[in-house]
Amino acid sequence: MSNLDTLKAKIKERLPDLDMVVGWEQGFDPLRATPLFMRTEEDVDRLIWNPLCVHNLATYLPGLKGRKVGVVVKGCDSRSIIELLQEKLINRDDIVVFSMPCEGVVSVRKIQNRIGSLDYVESVEADTGTVKVTVDGSSQSFGFPDVAASKCGRCQYHTALLSDEFVGEPNNEKAEDDYSDVTSFEARPQEERLAFWMTEMQRCIQCYACRNACPLCVCRDHCVAQSRDPHWMTQENSTQNKWFFQVIHAMHLAGRCTECGECERACPVGIPLLLLKRKLNKEIEELFDYKAGTLIDSTPPLQAFKVEEDNINERGW
Amino acid sequence: MSANTGSELKIVGFLCNWCSYGGADTAGVGRFQQPTDLRIIRVPCSGRIDPLFVLKSLFNGADGVLVSGCHPRDCHYAEGNFYARRRLEVLKRFLPILGIDERRFEYTWVSASEGQKWKTVVQTFTERIHELGPAPKLDQCLMERAQAMAMAV
Ligand code: SF4
Ligand code: SF4
Repeated sequence: MSNLDTLKAKIKERLPDLDMVVGWEQGFDPLRATPLFMRTEEDVDRLIWNPLCVHNLATYLPGLKGRKVGVVVKGCDSRSIIELLQEKLINRDDIVVFSMPCEGVVSVRKIQNRIGSLDYVESVEADTGTVKVTVDGSSQSFGFPDVAASKCGRCQYHTALLSDEFVGEPNNEKAEDDYSDVTSFEARPQEERLAFWMTEMQRCIQCYACRNACPLCVCRDHCVAQSRDPHWMTQENSTQNKWFFQVIHAMHLAGRCTECGECERACPVGIPLLLLKRKLNKEIEELFDYKAGTLIDSTPPLQAFKVEEDNINERGW
Repeated sequence: MSANTGSELKIVGFLCNWCSYGGADTAGVGRFQQPTDLRIIRVPCSGRIDPLFVLKSLFNGADGVLVSGCHPRDCHYAEGNFYARRRLEVLKRFLPILGIDERRFEYTWVSASEGQKWKTVVQTFTERIHELGPAPKLDQCLMERAQAMAMAV
């Protein structure tokens, strides 16, 4: 029995006690997977687990709070669950976490950048060695690392940090993450940095897919982007206003963001939003030796303090 | 408020009611000469200061932002400034990636009796902001320059 079959069997076993289990199924074409809400055994048969399962399904959990829900997660997704539990945004007793060791997922955007149009994808063969995509009659192959999501190249959590049903051999490989993307961006002149964000944010269409895809953006109808009181944002569609929203998102996620990358993946115009969040995480790790979503009993650093801080100097003048 | 004389820059100050606002008051009662660029906003506690206050000021044309609260361990509400300290430090370190000069933001602690210290803080910070000059405005002009820069790369 393959790992996937074992996983399906486990889900079927637990399903009677659950309202639903969230996983992935094949989407509208061979390249895209889509979230699958399993309520019956027939639904479970449609489950897939492969490098196309890009979505972080933990995003659905806060909205389903109070119901008994199962969820299938990759290693990185499990960090979102831990963070949600830490903040008491979901109940441990209500969720069942299913997982398998993850070898990485693709970035559809990277594939698109290499191929051009992805409107008529005919077939995809993806494993962790190569990804072969056939579009409009012509095939192209890529090395997996070239089209894998950037987060996978620096993954330290191939194995879920939290799971109730784990199928397969845990993979404890840990890649280095030196935040070189952040430091190299910061090495550019200040004016260029500001100009970079202005040109990027000018393309923002204010769809708020970034917010909706984020597992830790939980305010739903109370988001400051729409609220008149407090009135953080205007109704203008100026670049400045759109830029300010991203800064709000980053600040609201400071010390909570697990770098799942959903905000950036979901953005239809490809704004590199994760760079902002990685910058905050880099500083928070340096200041508080803290990585969001790794320890269930710890408190996010901005919701706590030490009377004597280890790494903040008292600002005397 | 005095009319803007052109040479004056816009500095926004967020001061906690119990210490730093009192400190500024002490400086005033002592008739210390101070630069007049600072516009003070009084808040109940430095813990009330959302880092977004600072960012919104900087995005909307402030040339500098100064935050001041009670010294750590002296908070009127016992622990407000401990939370503030973490947030403000993270904020300060966040600014460079946004393309904002982090020297345009500073936070410090001044008690109600430290009139002289308050004067030094205001003077030093105002001088620093004058050295940096007016902050780049996020306006059409900047957009055009940004576009030109993006084309050049
Ligand atoms: S801000 Fe982006 S990377 Fe961070 S948790 Fe939210 S979606 Fe994931
Ligand atoms: S997903 Fe992209 S386009 Fe949509 S609001 Fe966010 S940044 Fe703007």
